[in-house]
Amino acid sequence: MKDPLLPHLVEMQSWQQESELVFTFQVAPPEEYGSFRAGQFNMLYLPGMGESAISISGDPADRNHLTHTVRAVGNVTRALHGLRPPARIGLRGPFGRGWPLAAAEGRELLLMAGGIGLAPLRPVLFQALAAPERYQRVTLLLGARSPEEILYSEQLLRWKSDAGLQFLATVDVASAAWRGDVGVITDLVQRAAINPQQTVAMVCGPEIMLRFCARRLRELGVASDAIHVSLERHMQCGTGFCGHCQLGPYFLCKDGPVFAYPAVEPYLMTQEF
Amino acid sequence: MLMQRWTPRDLQALIDGLRAEGVRVLGPRVGDAAILYDEIETLPIGCGDEQAPGHYRLTARHDQSRFGYNLGPSTWKQFLFPPEEAIFRVQDGEFISCREQPDKMAFFGVRACELAAISIQDRVFIGDFADPGYASRRENLLLIAVNCSQASGNCFCASTGDGPAVGVGADLILTELRPEDPYYLVEAQTEAGQLMMSAIGGPAAATGEIDARDEVLAATRLQMQREFATEGIAEALYSALDHPHWDVVAERCLACGNCTQVCPTCFCSSTREHVNPVGLGVTHMRRWESCFAADHSYLSGGVVRPSVKSRYRQWLTHKLAGWELQFGVSGCTGCGRCISWCPVGIDLTEEVAEIRRPL
Amino acid sequence: MRTVGDELRAHPFFAGLSEDCMQLIAGCGEHVVFRSGATIASEGSAANEFYVIERGRVALQLHTSATGALLIQTLDAGDILGWSWLFPPFRWSIEARAMQDVHAIRLDGKCLRGKCDTDPAMGYALMQRFSYIMSQRVEATRLQVLDVYGRANRS
Repeated sequence: MKDPLLPHLVEMQSWQQESELVFTFQVAPPEEYGSFRAGQFNMLYLPGMGESAISISGDPADRNHLTHTVRAVGNVTRALHGLRPPARIGLRGPFGRGWPLAAAEGRELLLMAGGIGLAPLRPVLFQALAAPERYQRVTLLLGARSPEEILYSEQLLRWKSDAGLQFLATVDVASAAWRGDVGVITDLVQRAAINPQQTVAMVCGPEIMLRFCARRLRELGVASDAIHVSLERHMQCGTGFCGHCQLGPYFLCKDGPVFAYPAVEPYLMTQEF
Repeated sequence: MLMQRWTPRDLQALIDGLRAEGVRVLGPRVGDAAILYDEIETLPIGCGDEQAPGHYRLTARHDQSRFGYNLGPSTWKQFLFPPEEAIFRVQDGEFISCREQPDKMAFFGVRACELAAISIQDRVFIGDFADPGYASRRENLLLIAVNCSQASGNCFCASTGDGPAVGVGADLILTELRPEDPYYLVEAQTEAGQLMMSAIGGPAAATGEIDARDEVLAATRLQMQREFATEGIAEALYSALDHPHWDVVAERCLACGNCTQVCPTCFCSSTREHVNPVGLGVTHMRRWESCFAADHSYLSGGVVRPSVKSRYRQWLTHKLAGWELQFGVSGCTGCGRCISWCPVGIDLTEEVAEIRRPL
Repeated sequence: MRTVGDELRAHPFFAGLSEDCMQLIAGCGEHVVFRSGATIASEGSAANEFYVIERGRVALQLHTSATGALLIQTLDAGDILGWSWLFPPFRWSIEARAMQDVHAIRLDGKCLRGKCDTDPAMGYALMQRFSYIMSQRVEATRLQVLDVYGRANRS
């Protein structure tokens, strides 16, 4: 019997700093890995340190690399920060339910990302911008702490100029040299050209941002069940065995991390749930 | 279906026979002033118990009964989902599975609620994903169940529909009759059970004895003082997440986690890395954990459920509501262990009644 | 050519105001242009006006000796700039600077203050609209202060 808890040994192919604490690295997929869907995650393992759930931030069509963008804040992620190719680490996956891209076909795709919440949404951009005819419009609204912490900025600007991506970013605070927006992501919704009735929204970021974005989108007329969010809890096993990542009746690791907002709203609105 | 009549000597012959075949026979023994489940050679005789919220005492029954007590703090879970288990180890840069072919086990004296609990854990560990350790232990398992001939002060399996009559899934079902000079009605539900019956032999039971079994079960059912309304409980609890009674429970709850440790269905676990001093390898271990632990809901950046109130609410809503939606069945089988072993005697049936009471 | 009045009538901020009010307000308005880099208002200076931004981006910034100029918020076309004209001591609490060429309608607050005092219904209607903007800015500021992206998510 195949053991879903036994990692594969994989080799790091590249490592790149994104901002002070955030970095992106690629590993060679294990032989039997198959493919992943945008929004899914892998469990990465470092001997002696443990495992960490990391969303996959690369192109789902790329079968030669598995890309992860990580913020160095825990034991495992800090240790990953110190590794360089050809380091070998453990990997199992992919886990979870991804973004409902099919539901957005023929409609407007609106992505809202906060901070490193852009990582699990980038696969959606790879996929959607490779077949833009499937969507009326693809929009990315991005919130970040400061201009220096905007991820993948060169690639996003390239997608904006060459691939038809409507892209707006705002930061919490900036020096006077910054030419872009300063403010909150919810205000970007008004600045962007979107047709709320046609919109399928995918939102990822801190939980409080999800709540505020969902509220603003609904005020504008986006249907509640067309708002999808990716949630975070401590996903320790990926298989529903360990119980850590539960939110109400859901295991985030296998029923999520992506949910239609109405399904999780009552639980997100309950303090300490 | 053929029903046999066994003597206490036949029970012993079954234990001896299984052990002779190399089966680990696990069953009740007296230890630490309680009935514990452990590897056994014989069954305890004349033991009873007395249970109330926050209270458990072994008593002497002054008879020859082998199953005259109810549930102690042990659950069968410890053998199928061990408190600590090695998942894999890392040696010379390779990941090596620690899953091994398990011993064949027989659980001797499984009660109706416990059989239900095992089938619930089956759904957790052999569902969307299968845990190979659990699955292989489960495959190599004989279940010798017993109908309860008495209920403890904390039992409420009749309310949850899990007992006191043993349901499906057992290999053998025993019913103890006439405790002063006991004999046993024996039924088989599986081929393995039939094999055990033919190996031990014994006369066929008379029709009257089958009626006696049903009378025992009816009397046990009547003995249960605790009632628990399960209908519509998931919606009721999820719509009462802000009920003020959660604060009232939290004033008593110590967040000790006893309830989760004695619960036959609780399955939360954590992993840790064990660095082997010899050879400097590492073993990736899994062990039981509790949603009452402060760091259970730890997330980089904080703890989702810092208050005792939020942890009790998580436990209770998961057990009684979340489970239904996750596994199609409640996580509570009415065994009452969490009531007996709660140091402050919190009784979930009372708490649920309060929370379901309209404001 | 659209007049100041036409443009203000089409702006959602003024939606629902009576025609009398609109005529009063339009009478206090004029088109202005700020070149990129120009200071529109400086912290502590007299606040006798507010702006309806028609084109271009405005930076709201504060200076500290440790950080220099810090960008707190940006305003764009459609946004309303300035509420200090409503409250004593009528001083700008933040610096506003044009990040690009900014086209705006400047409304004379001094003149409007007087009209609001004599026409409480209009005063209330304007106050309601400014209060809404303030509540939105407070909400945004709360989120900014929380530093939500600084905290780890999906590490």
